[in-house]
Amino acid sequence: MNIDDLLNTQGEWLKCTGPNSDIVMSSRIRLARNLAKYPFSHWASKKEQETLLRITKEAVNSLKKIKAPLCLDISKLDSVDRQFLIERHLMSREHSVDAENKGLCLSEREVVSIMVNEEDHLRIQVMKSGFDLRDSWYIINDIDTELGNLLDYAFSADFGYLTACPTNTGTGMRASVMLHLPSLVMTKQIGKVLEAITKLSLTARGLYGEGTEASGNFFQISNQVSLGHSEEDIIDNIERIIKQIIDHEHSAREALLSQNKSVLEDRIWRAYGTLKSAHIISSSETIDLLSLVRLGVDLNLIKKLDRALINELFIITQPAHLQKIEKKKLSPNQRDVKRAQIIREKLG
Amino acid sequence: MQCDICGQNQATVHLTEIIDEKMTELHLCEECAQKKGAQMESHFGLADLLAGLADLGGEFTKTKKETKIKCPRCGLTYEDFKKVGRLGCGDCYQAFKDALLPLLKRIHGSTQHYGKSPGRVANVVKAKTDLQTLKDRLQRAIQQEEFEEAAKLRDKIREIEKKKSK
Repeated sequence: MNIDDLLNTQGEWLKCTGPNSDIVMSSRIRLARNLAKYPFSHWASKKEQETLLRITKEAVNSLKKIKAPLCLDISKLDSVDRQFLIERHLMSREHSVDAENKGLCLSEREVVSIMVNEEDHLRIQVMKSGFDLRDSWYIINDIDTELGNLLDYAFSADFGYLTACPTNTGTGMRASVMLHLPSLVMTKQIGKVLEAITKLSLTARGLYGEGTEASGNFFQISNQVSLGHSEEDIIDNIERIIKQIIDHEHSAREALLSQNKSVLEDRIWRAYGTLKSAHIISSSETIDLLSLVRLGVDLNLIKKLDRALINELFIITQPAHLQKIEKKKLSPNQRDVKRAQIIREKLG
Repeated sequence: MQCDICGQNQATVHLTEIIDEKMTELHLCEECAQKKGAQMESHFGLADLLAGLADLGGEFTKTKKETKIKCPRCGLTYEDFKKVGRLGCGDCYQAFKDALLPLLKRIHGSTQHYGKSPGRVANVVKAKTDLQTLKDRLQRAIQQEEFEEAAKLRDKIREIEKKKSK
C-alpha cells in the first residue's frame, strides 16, 4: 500500500453504514501518549525526535491489531500529499508544518491513524462511520494497551497520561462526533444548541477541527475535559448529549417538511440542479450545495442518490484530492473547473 | 492583478485592513493569503489562552523568583511554559505541581485521574484510585447524613491504609 492507493479506496468512515448515519457522518476517538524517557516533541532535540520516530514506528509495525500499516515520513511528502492527508482527516494541519521527524502510520481502510511527533509523541486516532463511539473505543483501547506494553508511557497516578498541553492530560482522550445539522441551522436553533453544549463541557468545531468554521452545516462536537473522569464516563456523557441533538435535528426536519415543504424542496432541487450543471464551482459553494442534497436524500425527496456517493463528493472535491486525481498541480481557477466536471460526472 | 506580496502569482484573495484608521487593500495569491491567514491565527491561539490562565497559578506565580523554577530534567522554566503553553517533559508536572494544580482544576474541574492506566502500573494505580473513590463516597455519605454507610466506609478505608503502612 502507498499513499496513492488511498485515492482508490474509500475510508471506512465514508461508508455511511454506522448507526444514525443520516445525521452522524463519523465518530472519532484520539488518545495522546508520550514516552516517559524523552522530552515532549517540541522540546526534544532533533536526535531524540529521530529516535522517537524510529522506536514508535517499530512498535506500530509489530502490533498484532494492525496488519501491515502504511508508515509515512511527512518530510518526504510534497505539499499536495500533506494536504490530501489532512482532507481525509488522517492528520492535523499542525502535523504538516515543520515536518522533520514527523511520521504517520495508517491501518487498512484508514480506521486507525497514528501521528508520531505531533504535539505529543503519539496521537492515536480511530475513526468509524456513523454514531459509533463505543466501537471506536474498543478498537483504540486494544491498540493502546498493546502499544503500552511495548513502549514505556509517561504516566502519573495523579495526572494520568502526561501530555505536552495540560488540557489533554488524564485520559489523553478526545472523543468527537461529526454531525450534519442543516435543519437546526435553517430553523435558527443551532445557536442555542451550541451554547448548551459548551455549558456541558463539550466543544463544537467546524469540519476540519480547531479554528475552522462550520461549513456545509457540519459540526464536530467533542469533550473538553480529559482529567477526572474515566474514558467510559466521558463517552457516556457525550453519547447522551449527541442523542438529544440527533432528536432535535429530526424534529426540526419534520417541522420543515410539514410547514415549509415547497420552500425546502425548491432549495434542495435547485442545489441538486446547480451541482449537476455547473461548469465552474468553488469548494465552499460545493460543500453548501452538497449539504442540501444530502438533506434531500435523508428526507427521501431525492430517491435515486446514494448517501455514500455524496460523502465521497465532499472529500474528492477538496483541493488536494482534485490535484491527486489529475496527477498535477492545479491553480484555484483550474480546480474550480475540474471540480465541476467531476461532480457532473458522478451525479450523471 | 498580481499578488502584492510575492508579485508572481495572480491575486485571488482581496483583504481590507484597517490600521490606525487608515484603510489599505491587499491583493494576494492563495499561497501568500494562507501564510498571512496563519500569521493572523497565530496571534491568538490556544497557547495564548493557556498562557493567560497559567498566570492564575495562585500564590506560586506571584513572586518573580518562583516563576524561574526549572524542571530538573528538561530545563524548562515555568516562564517558558507561560510563553508557549506547552510543558517540556513528563517531570514538569511534578516540578510545577503547585502552579499546575489550580490550572488543572480550572481546565478540568479536577486534579485526580480516573480511568485507564498502562498495564505495568495498573495495580498500584487501581489501589490508589480505589482508596480515593472510597474517600469520595465517605464524604458524600457524611454530607447526606447516611452515617451507617459512612461508618462502614470509614472502616474499609482504615483497613486499606493499615495494609499499606505494613
